[in-house]
Amino acid sequence: MKLIEDANKEALKRILEAEPKLLDVIPAREAIKGLKERMILHSGPPITWDRMCGPMRGAVAGAIVFEGWAPDLASAEKLAADGGIKFHPNHHFDAVGPMTGMTTVSMPVFVVENARFGNRAYCAINEGLGKVMRFGGNDETVLARLRWLRDVFGPEMSKTLRLLGSVELKSIVARGLSMGDELHQRNVACSSVFLREVAPALARVSTDKEVLAECLGFIAKNDQFFLNIAMAMAKTMTDPAKGIRGSTVVTAMCRNGTEFGVRVSGTGDRWFTAPVEMPEGLYFPGYSEKDANPDMGDSAIVETVGLGGFAMAASPAVAGFVGAGSPSSAANFTKAMGEITVSQNSEWTIAAMDFAGVPTGIDVRLVVETGLQPTINTGIAHREPGVGQVGAGVVKAPMGCFTQAVRAIAKDLGVS
Amino acid sequence: MSTFILNEIRKGFYLDSVALMRLSRQIAASPGIAEAALMMGTPSNVAIMRNAGILKDGKTDAQGNDLVIAMRADSEAAARAALTEAEKELDKPKTQADGASAWRPRSIAAAVAGVDGLNLALISVPGDFAAAEARKALSRGLHVMMFSDNVSIEDERSLKEQARESGLLMMGPDCGTAVIGGAPLAFANRLKRGGVGIIGASGTGTQEVSCLISEAGEGISHAIGVGGRDLKKDIGGITTLMAIDALDQDSATERVVLISKPPHPDVAKVVIDRISKSPKPYTVCFIGADSADLPSNATFAPTLKAASEAALGRAIVNDGFDVKVEAKQLAPRKGASRIEGLYCGGTLCAEAQVILKAGGRQVASNAAIPGVPDFEHADAKGRERIIDLGADEYTKGKPHPMIDPSVRDDAIRAALKDPPIAVVLVDLVIGYGAHADPAGHLVETVADRGPDAPHIVASVCGTEQDPQVRSEQARRLRAAGIHVAPSNADACELALAIVNRT
Repeated sequence: MKLIEDANKEALKRILEAEPKLLDVIPAREAIKGLKERMILHSGPPITWDRMCGPMRGAVAGAIVFEGWAPDLASAEKLAADGGIKFHPNHHFDAVGPMTGMTTVSMPVFVVENARFGNRAYCAINEGLGKVMRFGGNDETVLARLRWLRDVFGPEMSKTLRLLGSVELKSIVARGLSMGDELHQRNVACSSVFLREVAPALARVSTDKEVLAECLGFIAKNDQFFLNIAMAMAKTMTDPAKGIRGSTVVTAMCRNGTEFGVRVSGTGDRWFTAPVEMPEGLYFPGYSEKDANPDMGDSAIVETVGLGGFAMAASPAVAGFVGAGSPSSAANFTKAMGEITVSQNSEWTIAAMDFAGVPTGIDVRLVVETGLQPTINTGIAHREPGVGQVGAGVVKAPMGCFTQAVRAIAKDLGVS
Repeated sequence: MSTFILNEIRKGFYLDSVALMRLSRQIAASPGIAEAALMMGTPSNVAIMRNAGILKDGKTDAQGNDLVIAMRADSEAAARAALTEAEKELDKPKTQADGASAWRPRSIAAAVAGVDGLNLALISVPGDFAAAEARKALSRGLHVMMFSDNVSIEDERSLKEQARESGLLMMGPDCGTAVIGGAPLAFANRLKRGGVGIIGASGTGTQEVSCLISEAGEGISHAIGVGGRDLKKDIGGITTLMAIDALDQDSATERVVLISKPPHPDVAKVVIDRISKSPKPYTVCFIGADSADLPSNATFAPTLKAASEAALGRAIVNDGFDVKVEAKQLAPRKGASRIEGLYCGGTLCAEAQVILKAGGRQVASNAAIPGVPDFEHADAKGRERIIDLGADEYTKGKPHPMIDPSVRDDAIRAALKDPPIAVVLVDLVIGYGAHADPAGHLVETVADRGPDAPHIVASVCGTEQDPQVRSEQARRLRAAGIHVAPSNADACELALAIVNRT
């Protein structure tokens, strides 16, 4: 017990001591060691083509065409089905990606560094709303946007960030929480604050007024722009907490649309998986739960550091996704998550809860003991490839991942 | 089928997207509506509405800061009605839902972290998990009342040792009743506060004594439960001894009543030794024992009523109730001479055995006191039965008869038809945790008994302040022809008087 408590204290200390900074935007092939041609990084724990859900397959086909590995979607699918593409989880390459989480060589990625521990994490640029690859979209508009991000926006952001040196991320999150973001479904405040931080530098480095306007407009019109930065940030925060013997603190939660995967500090890189659950949520007109794909994405990394569903109280309207959830009940979600976490983050506070820190450091023992599954705020993709987002809601991390993790740590420590 | 598309724009009207999605779902469910949405008119939202086929000619003049109300309906009338509803919902004054107060902690850790000044945990989980929860509570500095049973004697001992080391009271396992500082825990009654402290290894024994004292006008400081096994050799009275320490130090407690089954002799010696060192007067009720070798500051009471009277320092006078007078008014049942006791309360059942045995009756019980054979015993044959229906063999997989008295119904009906039975003796226990109306239930159960059925003699364990109201329960019983005595001891005496007349 003492060993576990001490290990968890150490894990928390490392998570809370992080100093995440956004350094650059560069092509994934330059940023991510080991990422090669004909390789696709996806969200969630490992998965093969034959077990991928519809939107994941749609995104894979789109990514293959985008990279020029196949001329069209049909031959792209064939290439993937015939084993012509190597699939790996983002998490195995210091990366994360929302929803389908596609990362390939020529996509520009945010580079976030945790200055305290020197580790880095990467995440592709958020494409915006509507039909997008992260929700399984793969038509020409989707690919054209990716090309623009690669050829125009990415290089402009790179110049901007190099001029600035770095952008300190924790304070942006702290301000966002006080402005109604919970950093998973709501990123409008953080995206706006981020724009304020980078706009002058972007103007300075830009040589073309039209390009400058396009870049500023792209950030300004995308309420979720900051999510991908927050995800890379969260990964740089939890990675240093990996591999502390006996620690029962969760270091990653992610989903590939088929399985939910959990990593725990004490068991290093091992995945504990269970079938993903269906989100409970609200749908866009023309769609219903019949169209919904099960839960997907690496974005639950933000819940792992106390944001998203754990910071629901900062963003009361989001509670409305759940059953008869009223915004005034939002704090109950955060309080409940407080029962399964080791501590609070005193740097990220929620004014409506008298400045309580967001509950941080999910303890798999507490999840199993209380029966309270981590709450994750999420988008909902159409289950068919190529359609895109159909709604948003809240989903629970499956209990099976946590019971397996508790048993594994008990075994490792020689207790039965 | 004809369709009608209705679009309405509210310029410069912003509402949160989740709120709009909820409202959309509500409006889409209106009669005659095929599809409906309320969305801000951003380009991506307009695309969604266009794809859903709810924009007139697939377009709208709305801008990003405008609210679009769009729907496709079976008829114009249906669309207009839905629009009216949507507008009403948008414009009506909202009241805050009572969401914030709904949170309840799911763990001891969260409760301790969330509420200042907690000092006691009441544990009522299945026995397999109870010890683990109790350890969590004790390690966080909480006293424990453990209602759970089926906890091993080894766990009980180690929990009580852990509690003793931390200076905490470990009440239970299988502790049904406690009243700490006026707060009733589990099965307990609303009592007057006063100078009598109770230490009880039994639930209904503590309830009967505390209620008789409270109804007689005195009050209770604390009633500390110790669990049915505390005075066994394996436990050695750990909690009883700590309870004595606590009540000795408590200035509100002037005198103490100790209630238990007869303890193991070694443990009895330790406890009595400890009592002899107390500055306060004690009443010791080892129910089922004939006497105990007590120091000068302690007196022995053979029954719960006697213990209450000793603590009060006077006899309990019950306005006008006189066993002899009552019995005289009751016509004997022809050819019947037996008493059958059907009890919810285990200690009330034990007290009945004590009194009937002392009254010369040959009794047997499934929860036998010393000197009384249990049903399995060869000597039990032909004896009068005093049954504890709260015992494990009757409650496996069922609620306790104090919670659900229907466990007793069949036994009561059978007894009422049994020719040799002259008196059916029952208890009703009220207060917190108990059935909302045990009198009403009993009245209903016995309503169809014949005119020459056995007499039913009852007592109500509880107080006037209890939610069920003691006098009201008694009134309902009397109205149904059930004879009500002011205590279980008096009920037993009345039963004796009835059978002794016949």
